[in-house]
Amino acid sequence: MLTAILLTLLGLVLLALAMPVLAGRRIAPRLAHGGSALASAVFVLMAVAALAGGGAPVAELPFGTPFGPLLVALDGLSAWFLLLLGLAGLCASVFALAHEDAAPARALLAYPLFLAGMALTLLAADGVTLLLGFEAMSLASWALVASDHAKAENRRAARLYLVFAALAAVCLVPALGLLAGPGGDLAFAAIREAPPDGWRAALILALVVAGAGAKAGLVPLHAWLPLAHPAAPSHVSALMSAAMTKVALYVAARMLLDLGGPAQPVWWGVPLVALGAASAVLGALRANLEEEGKTLLAFSTIENVGLVAVGLGLAACFRAADLGALAALAAGAALLHALNHGVFKTLLFLGMGEVAHGAGSRLLDRLGGLIHAMPWTAACMLVGVGAAASLPPLSGFASEWLLLQALIAAWRVGDLTVQMLVLVAAAMVALAAALAAAAMVRLFGLVFLGRPRSPRGAGAHEGKGAARLSLLLPAGLTVLLGLLPGPMLALGGGAQALLTGQAMEGRAGLAFVAVGDGAAAYWPLGAALLLALALFGVWLLVKRGTEEPARGPAWDCGFAAPPQHLPFGDPLTQPTAAGMGQPLRRMLAQPVLAVTERVEMPEPGTVAPARIAMSFGDPAFALLLAPLATARDAVVARTERLRDLSIRQCLMLPFAALVALLLLVAWLEGGA
Amino acid sequence: MTSGFGTPAYDVSHLIGGGVLLLSFVMLYQRRIGAVINVFAVQGALLACAAAWQGYVQSAPELYLTALIAFGAKAVAIPLALRLLVGRLGLHKAVETSIGIGASLAAAIGLVGLSVLVVLPVTAGGATPLARVDLTIALSVVLLGMLAMIARRNAISQVIGLLTLENGLILAAVGVAGMPLVVELSTAALVLMVALVAAVVVFQIRDRLDTLDTHVLDRARGDS
Amino acid sequence: MIVLAAILTQLLHLALVLVAAPLVVGGVRWLKARMMGRIGPHPLQPWRDLLKLLRKRPVLAENASWISRAAPYVAVGAAVAALALVPSFSRAMLFAPMSDLLLIAGLLALGRVALALAGMDVGTAFGGLGAAREMSFAALAEPALLLVALSFAILAGSTGLEQIAATFQDGAVGLRVSLALALIALCAVAVAENARIPVDNPATHLELTMVHEAMILEASGRHLALWEAAAALRLTLWLALIVAVFLPFGTAPAGFAPFGWVLGVVAWIAKMALLCFALAAFESAIAKMRVFRVPEFLGAALLLGLLGAILLFVSTRLA
Repeated sequence: MLTAILLTLLGLVLLALAMPVLAGRRIAPRLAHGGSALASAVFVLMAVAALAGGGAPVAELPFGTPFGPLLVALDGLSAWFLLLLGLAGLCASVFALAHEDAAPARALLAYPLFLAGMALTLLAADGVTLLLGFEAMSLASWALVASDHAKAENRRAARLYLVFAALAAVCLVPALGLLAGPGGDLAFAAIREAPPDGWRAALILALVVAGAGAKAGLVPLHAWLPLAHPAAPSHVSALMSAAMTKVALYVAARMLLDLGGPAQPVWWGVPLVALGAASAVLGALRANLEEEGKTLLAFSTIENVGLVAVGLGLAACFRAADLGALAALAAGAALLHALNHGVFKTLLFLGMGEVAHGAGSRLLDRLGGLIHAMPWTAACMLVGVGAAASLPPLSGFASEWLLLQALIAAWRVGDLTVQMLVLVAAAMVALAAALAAAAMVRLFGLVFLGRPRSPRGAGAHEGKGAARLSLLLPAGLTVLLGLLPGPMLALGGGAQALLTGQAMEGRAGLAFVAVGDGAAAYWPLGAALLLALALFGVWLLVKRGTEEPARGPAWDCGFAAPPQHLPFGDPLTQPTAAGMGQPLRRMLAQPVLAVTERVEMPEPGTVAPARIAMSFGDPAFALLLAPLATARDAVVARTERLRDLSIRQCLMLPFAALVALLLLVAWLEGGA
Repeated sequence: MTSGFGTPAYDVSHLIGGGVLLLSFVMLYQRRIGAVINVFAVQGALLACAAAWQGYVQSAPELYLTALIAFGAKAVAIPLALRLLVGRLGLHKAVETSIGIGASLAAAIGLVGLSVLVVLPVTAGGATPLARVDLTIALSVVLLGMLAMIARRNAISQVIGLLTLENGLILAAVGVAGMPLVVELSTAALVLMVALVAAVVVFQIRDRLDTLDTHVLDRARGDS
Repeated sequence: MIVLAAILTQLLHLALVLVAAPLVVGGVRWLKARMMGRIGPHPLQPWRDLLKLLRKRPVLAENASWISRAAPYVAVGAAVAALALVPSFSRAMLFAPMSDLLLIAGLLALGRVALALAGMDVGTAFGGLGAAREMSFAALAEPALLLVALSFAILAGSTGLEQIAATFQDGAVGLRVSLALALIALCAVAVAENARIPVDNPATHLELTMVHEAMILEASGRHLALWEAAAALRLTLWLALIVAVFLPFGTAPAGFAPFGWVLGVVAWIAKMALLCFALAAFESAIAKMRVFRVPEFLGAALLLGLLGAILLFVSTRLA
């Protein structure tokens, strides 16, 4: 099993190496994306096999590093995320096959490497392999973000992205070192033997939350994400949003919950819960304000990453409080939501890519009425939008139901501070879910409903064949995952057991998911059946013997028909992206996002239109990045002074450093 | 009669205390001075009920006297006086806020959480559950009274905030068995004196500055 | 026998609530008119309107898509499905194991999204405005509902309506401040979700602050009938929910008990009538608030939910 995956990885690397040779040929994009699709399919098959039949034990790669051999393994947790990676990669690669001209040729080299890097991170069974895969993933995705570097904003996005990738590495390397402890054995098995405690554990927690959180897009380290996702080609954005952020969460789960050991205190999960809840609300709120389709989806990703982080944090809290069953519930909710979000966000990003391709824009204010020109895309997107809005019986609802149940049960953790914190987190998660529903209604309503807002949008067309397949596949999976959360949770039992020491056995069956004995249960099949019965009954009752609807001009409260020179009707009578966001902007965003609104009224007697100027900012930029940039400039200014030193002073510096190091050694040895 | 969890003694006093706390929230939510005074009157009446119930539970007749005084002063006399004052001054009917309503409500929830976190561990020793709940709620009411004084700019609302604070003190006093009546009476008298002084100051401000917005006073500070 | 009784009670329940829904709307209207000194339309008027509209052919706007045609069915279907889960006169109905508060909230959200999408389908100013406001208000109402569910779950050990109702009917919970706070929060959420005064005025069709009516301006004929039915079902659902949790007296036990059922139906009708009266009195007594004060109203409900849960933590800690 491992051999097959490793050969696939090798194939991906060879594919990437072949790309410069084949540059410019027609076959190059087909080969790269076809090969990636094939590799993703292998990932899916192997992951399902591993989940169903137990994983593969630790194996050694035939080549090693000075730090020790490179180890790989496929346990339940790896397999679960590999399944997610495979599904997202498959859909994205098929989409890329259909739109082979959309991605620039230089992206072809990085795309297979990106996939391979993510897979290697998931397979790693020691620290060095993990970092190797993680950095390969970061660098390859940086190349993909920067692939369309003619535009200044893409260059800026890529630069910021690289900074955050470096930050992740700077945090994760010492975290792994601390996990390995004085023995220095980086193999996961060795780390599990000697879990960290005391200040070492606290430091590891802080470093992992910062490092993995920066890569996953947790607030306040999310600034790169909404810039990078729209900059990359659509299939890459889909993969970054669906899989890469999840790989970062996998690293967090692996290092904190699995390698951190079960003996951690209750507050071990609190940072994840707090940051996750903040991410969920901020992401969902900003998704309601953004006016560009892919940026909107990127903020929705931040929201969902936050929800998964809340689940992981809760699992840690429950485990520390000896509530094994609830810990498994929280871990199951987090894992299931990661998978569900991976699938429906792939669908949404690919659908948005299809819209950008077919209608020529991603700006919500340039689209509209596409449901007529792009019926298949619209139908698939409706499924994705429903799942993202967590509507029953789709997949988003199932996992959010589990997460909310875990939050509701969190009062059983005895600590009063944790109780209050989780109470606020529960309210925030519910707020985020409802805000996400509003954002998704806004997205679908503005893009697909109403009238076209531009001539290009009016002449939209949609792709056939592979393009349609790449949307139908995740749409079908979204429905399926929504109906069968029980079997999926049972399949992920190994992953839950790795994270919490217990699986949701007996509480996740074919037709139901239960919180515990005698507690609440969710019956997705039953709910779907009930809904279908109700729909059918209503249809039967109403439809009989009635005639087809007549067509007429829109009533619109008796507004006059638009003048001849406005082919799509009067644009002022259609809601705009900013207008749809106005209630939430005024209700909730004002205090958080520093919203400014200014109305310019024309002088009385003039015919100029009144204008409203609106802007908002992200607190992360003002409070975190701006001070950091200032500090960097100050440091640089200080360092500049070193250039003016005399030769004697220059010699002083290494000498002083040497003496200081010797003193340090003397002090450390003396203490030992 | 015991006072454990689930007994009528506990339930009723919990209910009344919660009601007093709820009314503090309602007071923060109101935008009209008349409504604020009405809520304050209801809170006073509820406070009298709390005192009477504690008198019954603790078999302490002097608490009935407290209840009577609380009812007479808090539910009848002071609200009437305040109404008269508002009418005589011809005040603007709206409450001017310095912090938004939503923000002050959120801050209030935070304060309740804080008082729970403080009181429960501190009283973990010997106190009865009844006293612990009472103290938690009383501290919350006191903090909310302070918040009301900060969140409002109008001098009358600030006086009401002060009186709410005193309601919280009385609630705490009646909840603890064996608190002598003298302490209660002197506390009440003290706060009433402060309120009286505040009222006089209100008149003075009004005469001198033609407004009750205390922000205007900032200009009159010597050190600026 | 148990299964048979479960199926029978479920069917009876559905028939009961479906017949009652337009009557609830009509009854509240009639009561309000009486309280204001008017004669008012007959309580059966909504039923008559429904039957008339159902026979009429709808007129769709030229650029309306299939969303406009499918959405009313989805909204009514979701409302019926949710209403099938809320117990009325008897315990242990067929779908009782599924009657989870979060699922009911999800089904309500499904109906709401269908309504908002239908409002945006034609691309008119009013539709978009109503949709944006409806979704925004829901964003504050849902967390309040979740916190109420959380308070119930702490007391009853589950978010299942069946268990909550059973626990409360036993009277094991006693008097609780938290429950009083939860009741207030639940009522506020119900008022907002049903677009009643003071959040929205159900009697108006053209007002700049309207929410619900703005989205169905383009609907006509049987589609309009379905939208009206969905609104009526939703109002009935919320009243039935409050009855099931806070007034669970007289509900028939599980099993085959025809006499208990009759008693349960009578008790349910009486309780619903009481709530209708309270709603009418409340709506007659207060004025509609400005649309930008609604967030404060719902925010207060959310904070009451928080407060209730905190006090509950205190109680459980002392137990």
